[in-house]
Amino acid sequence: MNLDLDAAAVAFRDEVRGWLAANVPAGPLPGVDTADGDRAHRAWERRLHRAGLAAVTWPAEHGGRAAPPLHALLFDEEYHAAGAPVRIGQNGLFLLAPTLLAHGTAQQCARILPPMARGEQVWAQAWSEPDAGSDLAALRSRARRVPGGWSLSGQKTWSSRAVVADRAFGLFRSAPRERRHRGLTYLMFDLRAPGVTVRPIRQLDGAAGFAEIFLDDVFVPDADVIGEPGDGWRVAMSTAGHERGLALRGPGRFTAAAGRLVHLWAGQHPGAASPPPNRLDAGGERVADVWIKAHAYRMAAYASLERPVPPSATKLFWSELDVELHETALDVLGPFAEADPEWVAGYLFALAGPIYAGANEIQRDILAQRVLGLPREPR
Amino acid sequence: MRLAPSQEQLAFAAVLHAMLAGADLPKVAAAWADGDPGPGRALWSALAGAGVTGLLVPEHRGGAGAGPDDLVIACEELGHHAVPGPVAESLAAVPSLLSAAPPGATEWLPTPAQGRVIASLVAPPWLPFAVDGDSADLILVVDGADIRQGRAGRVRPSLYPARRLSEVDRGPVIVTGQDPGPALELGTLACSAQLLGAARALLEMSVEHARKRAQFGRAIGSFQAVQHRLADVSVAIEFARPLLYAAAAATGRSTVTTATGPGTPATATGPGAVTIAVEAGAVGSARVDVSAAKVACGAAARQAARAALQVHGAVGYTREHGLWRWLGLVRVLDLGWGTPSWHRARILSELADGAAGDHTDQPGGRRTAGSGQTAAWSRRDGVDPVGSRHARTGKEGL
Repeated sequence: MNLDLDAAAVAFRDEVRGWLAANVPAGPLPGVDTADGDRAHRAWERRLHRAGLAAVTWPAEHGGRAAPPLHALLFDEEYHAAGAPVRIGQNGLFLLAPTLLAHGTAQQCARILPPMARGEQVWAQAWSEPDAGSDLAALRSRARRVPGGWSLSGQKTWSSRAVVADRAFGLFRSAPRERRHRGLTYLMFDLRAPGVTVRPIRQLDGAAGFAEIFLDDVFVPDADVIGEPGDGWRVAMSTAGHERGLALRGPGRFTAAAGRLVHLWAGQHPGAASPPPNRLDAGGERVADVWIKAHAYRMAAYASLERPVPPSATKLFWSELDVELHETALDVLGPFAEADPEWVAGYLFALAGPIYAGANEIQRDILAQRVLGLPREPR
Repeated sequence: MRLAPSQEQLAFAAVLHAMLAGADLPKVAAAWADGDPGPGRALWSALAGAGVTGLLVPEHRGGAGAGPDDLVIACEELGHHAVPGPVAESLAAVPSLLSAAPPGATEWLPTPAQGRVIASLVAPPWLPFAVDGDSADLILVVDGADIRQGRAGRVRPSLYPARRLSEVDRGPVIVTGQDPGPALELGTLACSAQLLGAARALLEMSVEHARKRAQFGRAIGSFQAVQHRLADVSVAIEFARPLLYAAAAATGRSTVTTATGPGTPATATGPGAVTIAVEAGAVGSARVDVSAAKVACGAAARQAARAALQVHGAVGYTREHGLWRWLGLVRVLDLGWGTPSWHRARILSELADGAAGDHTDQPGGRRTAGSGQTAAWSRRDGVDPVGSRHARTGKEGL
């Protein structure tokens, strides 16, 4: 066991750190759900791409630099430590792209990944439906066979980024007589196509972060099916692993926030560095605990390069950690907390974590039944 | 960067597991609890024969010259089987104290050849009693800058039945002027590994029981309330383990020179490497990593113990069932080698020190190593933390 980075990793880390220091915008960009924010975030993605940093692990021909997974972790840490803008393309970059690289054709990868890396095409996820949330296999939106492709009808909801995105990916029932997980097909569709209506939904934080998507006979060519028709569930579950796991929520968000929390606490407790450990008050104990957990998530990310961690365990850990971290920060700030935009934004965002990407109760079911081997609950 | 056991280490763990699974631990522990250390001593001799007690003893002194990563592999397995006896003392802290001592003191090294394998330690305020001192071949006392030999006195019962606490009389000084810090770090690391192993055993027993035990016509493990509780335990274990491995790696980097002893050329991974590695974006000081591992492994083990007792129900509350061997072990180990509160405080102290010492420090990953003096295992500070802080800062307390 060792914690030393090799020379290539150190060189890469230094390059990223240097580039971010020179390029990260001084102030926050406008919100991604606004026209200005959309433009600014896409421009930022273009700059990342020109620096070869949009998606470092992808093959070079698709806009990456074929870097090892360790480098993606290092990039994530540097990115969050530098306070760089939210990735407008994250659903495509971290969820669709790994799915395409695993299940897509060479033509699909060549057609879709480069504009995604350049920030020219932003993707939304279209999975949940009004009656298919935690129970995703209950979805009813349909893909009907038509000459040369498929026709989509139905309703998707809680679709992140759909307000600003160009295209979306999701699951549709292509064999209406098949039930549950069978007869589903994984499709990509154009959010600007005839028959698509997007209705923004204001979130708890006030932003239109997600939306409903209504589909009324929307044509999709065969070339936009990922994997085999009818095999969508299997393909989707590989995306789910990325969504719940480290791909979407790298450790950088949590270690950066935990670092800020320790700074905040230390600022309130001059002399805290004096040796050796002073007795902590209850708030200090909580600050230390969340720092430990963020550190644990970071070390688990490094460890996962050699031994995979179950995605459901990862999702439970980061989402509960995020809430605990921000709750602690608000308590440390006390009555000033509600007026602190940064911590408030982080807190409101954290509250969604235990719900999206599969509610935590579902993750506990999966962990208990598929990893621990406990018997299924009779249904 | 490697935070996983090697194939050799996995094989070593498997050998230990097989050996302990065949050692009738329930009987050994029951005898130990009843004041008969005979079967336990036989087990410890077998462990010594397998090289476990000599892991940290340098090769030129008859040991394996292994590092902290091998130590945590062994200690996790000992915790997994709830082996009675002063594990962290015998495997980690005492060998480390004596290995770093001048050559004249090494006659005291616990060595299988001399039949000395069980060693206990008193290091107030963290370790006020010698665990199983009445069964130990050697007791050391950390007394300021002196390391003394101790003599077992009055025995007190422990919350954990398979453990007896000896009050200790201070004997002759064996070593003087030696920083006990590295040895206490290694003991804490070993204790953390035991806790993680115990947590894993508690989860395994709970899952097994929940699969077999039926109520309301179905296995209790099919109830979501039981499933979710055990799922949470598995998450706690899953995310404590990387901290343990990281702490082992960080400790190995910072203590390998002292562990090899005087007269041995310093290796390339001496204390200086810590700064380099921190600069390389790996981790900060070994102290922070050891404290994080101790808190996380202890919390996972306590959570596992509570869940295990609840899942087992009344049968888990009996001495006929074996669960007691882990329940008590986990509770006392969590409090030894620095309480969770002490370790949390040390982490914040180190982090605040790094922040204060480098104002260009960015949050999240730019942490610099502490001053090197901060939050060391210092008896005076440990006894009177508030007073020492006042002395240092000259300011009012919190």
